[in-house]
Amino acid sequence: MSLPQDLKYSKEHEWVRMAGDVATIGITDHAQDALGDVVFVELPEVGSHVVAGASCGSIESVKAVSDLYAPVSGEVLEVNDTLTDSPETLNSDPYKAGWILKVRLANKADLDALLDAAGYQAHLG
Amino acid sequence: MTTRRTPLYALQASRGAKFVPFAGWELPVQFSGLVAEHKAVREAAGLFDVSHMGEVRISGPDALPAVEMLVTNEVARLEDGKALYTVMCVGNGGIVDDLIIYRESAHSYFLCINAGRREADVAHMAAICKKYDVTFEDLSENYAQLALQGPKAKAILQKLTEDAALADLGAFSWKDGTVAGIHVRVAQTGYTGEHGYELYVAPAQASALWQAIVDAGVPYGLLECGLGARDTLRLEVKYPLYGNDIDLEHNAYEAGLGWVVKLNKKHDFIGKEALVAIKAAGPARKWVGIEMLEKSGAPRHGYAIYDGDREVGVVTSGTHSPSLGKPIAVGYVPSEMAAVGTPLFIDIRGKRVAAHIVKTPFYVRGES
Repeated sequence: MSLPQDLKYSKEHEWVRMAGDVATIGITDHAQDALGDVVFVELPEVGSHVVAGASCGSIESVKAVSDLYAPVSGEVLEVNDTLTDSPETLNSDPYKAGWILKVRLANKADLDALLDAAGYQAHLG
Repeated sequence: MTTRRTPLYALQASRGAKFVPFAGWELPVQFSGLVAEHKAVREAAGLFDVSHMGEVRISGPDALPAVEMLVTNEVARLEDGKALYTVMCVGNGGIVDDLIIYRESAHSYFLCINAGRREADVAHMAAICKKYDVTFEDLSENYAQLALQGPKAKAILQKLTEDAALADLGAFSWKDGTVAGIHVRVAQTGYTGEHGYELYVAPAQASALWQAIVDAGVPYGLLECGLGARDTLRLEVKYPLYGNDIDLEHNAYEAGLGWVVKLNKKHDFIGKEALVAIKAAGPARKWVGIEMLEKSGAPRHGYAIYDGDREVGVVTSGTHSPSLGKPIAVGYVPSEMAAVGTPLFIDIRGKRVAAHIVKTPFYVRGES
């Protein structure tokens, strides 16, 4: 299971990559493996506000639908529209091409609630 | 409820299967991946563990009238070595279970029932059987069951047996024989829409049979398959799943299973009076196929169906079809809305999405 050291992780299996005050968000390798073949991604709207810990979209595999939880709060700056036509990117490249949304971080303290790679690894058990 | 495991659990766990609870059993939902497994069955072959299914036997001088009383299809039409699909109803026409009946002799019938209905079925059948000169046996502990399905299933089975008649079985025919040196009952039946077989085997030999089929099948592209692919395969050909699509609240005519109701058969059967009346009046609702008119996630079991703002029905099963690459669903709608092309809306997690009724099955062997 791939687990980049430079990312932050939520217990709900999202990752966060920070650049300035912009958080890029996706789901972890563990999450995509557990979901199985992803067939549909419901993205939040650009300009909307997401709230840490609340659902901001959904990811659907052939098996089932799962909520996408925002790991941090803030305004949605950009979403990965290529996932609409190629949702399987979430399976093949969850940390790079499979990024889901970019959020302008509203509250830096949100980051303190996230895990580092070692903490997420421990959470997975 | 204690969760049970099939005799194949250890072997499947060692092959990386992911398990889920289903009907009181812990069963593999997938091995290498649902879509790959699904496509293997459509294009080559797949092997499923269906050991959770129940088996019973009704035998004795009155076996035929007893079995006829229990089910809607005409068992008297069966010959030795043949099988049929049927439903078993209660007095109001509601469905107790759907099952396959194998005739072993004029006085002995072997029935394969759903795992989740075993307790209810056994109680229902045993109570009726008491009124006849028959012996009723629940044999579910005596059998594991494997399903070998797909266009390469025949070639794979041929490699494992010297009994040519086994692989040559016609649809809904069965025969006892030897596969990979193991005594099995082979039936040419399945739940995928592909040609294939279901093999009944003693639990102690299930792992050896599984391994032999995998070894023979891998060169043909066979994959080990889980419940996930079993569900998408059966839904593409619109086979009902008891508990999702059919139950005591729905009758055979509503479910589109009128073809297994033989109102004119010689023997009486439970539910006949109600089914005669339902057929005469026409069913109030029908089980139809649905596809979406906009890009969306798949409708799932329990999602509401709307005609404008009026809630008119419910989705009973839905998934993303791996063969067609789009969402498909089945559900009940009022009969006047059941025509192909009728527009409707489905509430997908709070959003009304445009859909319409389509011809089924969604997938026809050899057409896609």
